[in-house]
Amino acid sequence: MGTQEIVAKCQAIFDDLNFTVAREWKAAKPGRKVIGFMPVYVPMELIHAANALPLGIMGGGDSMEVIHGDAYYQSYICRIPRSTIELGVTGRLDFVDMMLFPFVCDVIRNLSGIWKMMFPNVVSRFFDTPQNFDEKIGGTYYEHELLELKEAIEQATGNKITDEALRNSIKLYNENRKLIWSLYDSRAKEPWKFPTWEIYLLMRAGLQIPVDEHNQMLKDYIAAAHAEDKPKRDNSRIVLNGSFCEQPPLNLIKSIEMAGCYVVDDDYVLVNRFLTEDVPLEGDLLKNLSTTYLKHSVETSCKYVPKEEDKGKYLLNRISQCQAEGVIFAAPSFCDPALLDRPMLSHRVSENNIPSISFKYAENSGQMQPIREQAGTFADSIKLWS
Amino acid sequence: MSAEKEAVKDESMLLQKAMISRNYDAITSKHETGRKVVSTFVPGNLNELVMCFDMLNNLPEINAIQAGMRKLSGGYIMEAEKGGHSEDVCTYVKADIGQMARGNIAPNGKPFPDPDILLLSYTGCYTFMKWFELLREQYKCPTVMVHVPYQGDGHTTQNMRDYIVKQLKEEVIPTFERISGKKFDIDLLRELMTRSAKAEDDLVWVIETAKHKPSPIDAYFGAVYYVGPIFSAFRGTQEAVDYYKVLKKEIQYRIDNKMGPITPEGEMKEQKYRIVVEGPPNWTNYREFWKMFYDEGAVVVASSYSKVGGTYDMGFRHDPKNPLESLADYCLGCYTNRNLPTRVDILEKYINDYEADGLLTNSIKSCNSFSAGQLMMMREVEKRTGKPGAFIETDLVDPRYFSAANVKNRLESYFQMIEQKRRGVKSAA
Repeated sequence: MGTQEIVAKCQAIFDDLNFTVAREWKAAKPGRKVIGFMPVYVPMELIHAANALPLGIMGGGDSMEVIHGDAYYQSYICRIPRSTIELGVTGRLDFVDMMLFPFVCDVIRNLSGIWKMMFPNVVSRFFDTPQNFDEKIGGTYYEHELLELKEAIEQATGNKITDEALRNSIKLYNENRKLIWSLYDSRAKEPWKFPTWEIYLLMRAGLQIPVDEHNQMLKDYIAAAHAEDKPKRDNSRIVLNGSFCEQPPLNLIKSIEMAGCYVVDDDYVLVNRFLTEDVPLEGDLLKNLSTTYLKHSVETSCKYVPKEEDKGKYLLNRISQCQAEGVIFAAPSFCDPALLDRPMLSHRVSENNIPSISFKYAENSGQMQPIREQAGTFADSIKLWS
Repeated sequence: MSAEKEAVKDESMLLQKAMISRNYDAITSKHETGRKVVSTFVPGNLNELVMCFDMLNNLPEINAIQAGMRKLSGGYIMEAEKGGHSEDVCTYVKADIGQMARGNIAPNGKPFPDPDILLLSYTGCYTFMKWFELLREQYKCPTVMVHVPYQGDGHTTQNMRDYIVKQLKEEVIPTFERISGKKFDIDLLRELMTRSAKAEDDLVWVIETAKHKPSPIDAYFGAVYYVGPIFSAFRGTQEAVDYYKVLKKEIQYRIDNKMGPITPEGEMKEQKYRIVVEGPPNWTNYREFWKMFYDEGAVVVASSYSKVGGTYDMGFRHDPKNPLESLADYCLGCYTNRNLPTRVDILEKYINDYEADGLLTNSIKSCNSFSAGQLMMMREVEKRTGKPGAFIETDLVDPRYFSAANVKNRLESYFQMIEQKRRGVKSAA
């Protein structure tokens, strides 16, 4: 199977706001459940181990007209909660048995309460991750939270999560993360062979299909992309930062590439690589999930950085690992986490003589010309002056 | 433009003003006195613990409010925006950062000294976390965090409580001991908390007097003063206990004489509308904003903002018998740390308990913690109580987002709506 065929399949999943693939999965066998979740991170292993499909809800994108959702939010609040409400109100999520709202910001946090009031028949839960990273303090708290989440999922699905099932799920997600990191590494090495818009679609498809199918899809794509011959362009290598929650329209991702940038790292759809190392399969599995989160997860704006000297370190490391020449800070409008973090990250990169630009978008941004011009000028300036 | 008339002030207001001035003087003279300064937040304020180490409490939110009321915040915000801070984010943060960029002058005209420690008591607002990362970048001083889990399911759990207590015991207290050079004394903490509870009893008495008709207080504009000592650097002090004694006396006098609240232009005579308000006030045009209410005979009888630094009217008191656990419960219970269904329940209860005519939401442009979900909340409260709701939009300390004509227009329409609703009820009867 060639990359085109795989990408076409992913595009179809991405375009389908009725989530047909997930609906069909649920309908195929009695007892199957679907658990939706918002960005940025939930332990999908726990959902999978309960014989449920983790369904990533990343808003409505740019193809959905938001009518009802706008009645719930003021103009100065980002778009993802309003389009998510639109998905709910229009029945597109009527097959979802439980919704998880992880800690990202106050908007998503408050959306968990709105969901409880609007959809009282759906189990809705705010999922808090610790901001204290000491195993004895934040770790103990998080293990209890995971246990509570596990019990809530068991209750919602009617399926007991056994150690054996959880171990198997962790194994599958370890493989998934390994494949994704390997794909990201391949792109950093040969970005002309791994266009970011294609990888993005692959990541988005992974939020709607079972993990084992996604693993196979990733393997097929990586093999096919390596085998294909694509021309190498004289593009600038950039890291994209700030797009971890509300996602940009696909055209925006394409526009950045068309403007002469190779995106060698990004923070789109972070849930599938939030953990940077394997979760151990031996011993207490909840403790393992907790410790891996505490010790081996990405630095992103929704996590506190306890030490000043560590702020922005992850971004700088990624820039170095991916041999990037610049950073594009692309944040959704009104996104507190990304926009509050941006000055600090921007200081870090400029202290290291790494050029950067920034712009804002919404998931339904339509005008790409200004983005193309800004990204194109940035790419040219890197080539000319860096 | 004519100059504003001098505001009428009660004895309690003057007393509080002197307390605040003394605290600013103590902060700005830290180099002379050798006392250490802690910067921290209002919700999740651990003032008793700070005092156990003889440290001073400096609150960036209060400084931003002061800057807003003194018409300085607009310039500070633009200074921060010039430095790369987004126009979309919290204006308290930008006022604070802009103030630093312009010399960090305290309200007493002296420069704020750098804090010795940042205590990030992270309760009910995401922005706090980033705010102190930003301040840490500027001050390069030690930072200690207390992560307070959100009440997502509308209640607290033992796990949440244990997590906070552990952070206090194993991180906050040892860090304070190191910075201050003083050993932690739990008996002193108990003693301070006993005073806190006394002041909290009195505060609750004060805010519940709004159940009287006429209400002797304004529970939004006036309550901002009433909660001041407890929400800021004075909870646990004898000064706070004494302040509430004076305040209670004043209010009792107004109750006995069927008087209304004291506004900047004197006693409010006529009370045509009893309103519950959700959301913080605007500070840049505070007096003008308040005037829009009392000119129309609208008195606020309950507000959620006056619970942002503690929900004492829902029964919580600092408990000297369980000091650390009690601090944990305090942090967990602050208004914006409660989920939206609980916030709706609280507002509904206020409408009923205070026999209010309706719910007004002042939605703050740059405060997602309060604002995200308020439209849904308003509709839900309307549905449950049958009382009309209204929605206005302003900002905390960014004067660019206070449109007096728009706000006034909406308020007047709202009061007319209440009037019509009353007439409808009467004619139906």
